[in-house]
Amino acid sequence: MKSSVITFPGSNCDRDMDVALKKFGFKNTMVWHNDNELPKSDLVVLPGGFSYGDYLRCGSMAAKSKIMQSVINFAKSGGLVMGICNGFQILVETGLVPGVLLRNKYLEFICKNVFVKLDNKENTYFKNLDKKVLEFHIAHNEGNYFCTKDQLKEIEDNNQIAIYYCNNEGKVEDQFNPNGSLKNIAGIFNKEKNVLGMMPHPERMIDQSLSGEDGSIFFKNLINNIK
Amino acid sequence: MKISAIITLKKDVLDPQGKVIHQTLDGMGFKDINEVRQGKYFEIEVKEEDPEKAKDLVENMCKKLLANLVIENYKIIGTQ
Repeated sequence: MKSSVITFPGSNCDRDMDVALKKFGFKNTMVWHNDNELPKSDLVVLPGGFSYGDYLRCGSMAAKSKIMQSVINFAKSGGLVMGICNGFQILVETGLVPGVLLRNKYLEFICKNVFVKLDNKENTYFKNLDKKVLEFHIAHNEGNYFCTKDQLKEIEDNNQIAIYYCNNEGKVEDQFNPNGSLKNIAGIFNKEKNVLGMMPHPERMIDQSLSGEDGSIFFKNLINNIK
Repeated sequence: MKISAIITLKKDVLDPQGKVIHQTLDGMGFKDINEVRQGKYFEIEVKEEDPEKAKDLVENMCKKLLANLVIENYKIIGTQ
């Protein structure tokens, strides 16, 4: 299975993602933002970081970079595109997934482990996942998901909410919402569910000696689903 | 020709920075404030000399990059 990770100026989780993808069997290629064409890929990842220094709005400049036109075409033809953290911010700026990511409610940069609920299994990303609650890491300043009332109705009707912030038992409540996100939303799909944007970093949870292994569960399942 | 544009958050979007500025001003003794909203201001120098065309050009920039229309409004406030 082939994957591509796009590096923008200011990306800083691109190599972590490369390590994670390779560990679970992907043949990964790093792609520079100024390239025109994507290599043949089964999965394209927009990594976390601070592309273009978060100038103007997080992800807004990266969304207009050269390679993104190929990524958008790839997504529109049904290809799997996953945006993590800053990658999620880039995805909302391209319009591939609905909504925006505002500054965290209490204006703090949040860096901690959180529990997330993934019970939306009718998609390539989470199909066959045994567990409903995973522990992932978040590290962001702008992760406060927001969309208009009409958009919210549409994403709920289409079952596009991918991931919720919750407690270790999967309870989705206000008190487990780290950043003020609408409905505790941590991740969103596009309508067709081939594009996934999420704030948590599964690539930071692939080694017991570092932080945990719930990311391993996610990646192992993902590559099996793509095969 | 120089075109100025402001970008403001839409009414129903939470503005935590504006809130904190409001609280700080209040703490400094400015008690008569109902609300503070923070926005962005741009001055764009374009080659176009025709004011209407220059405005259209900057409006297009606002739509495509400077503002995110899900949460923000833009307004061209001056040409010179």
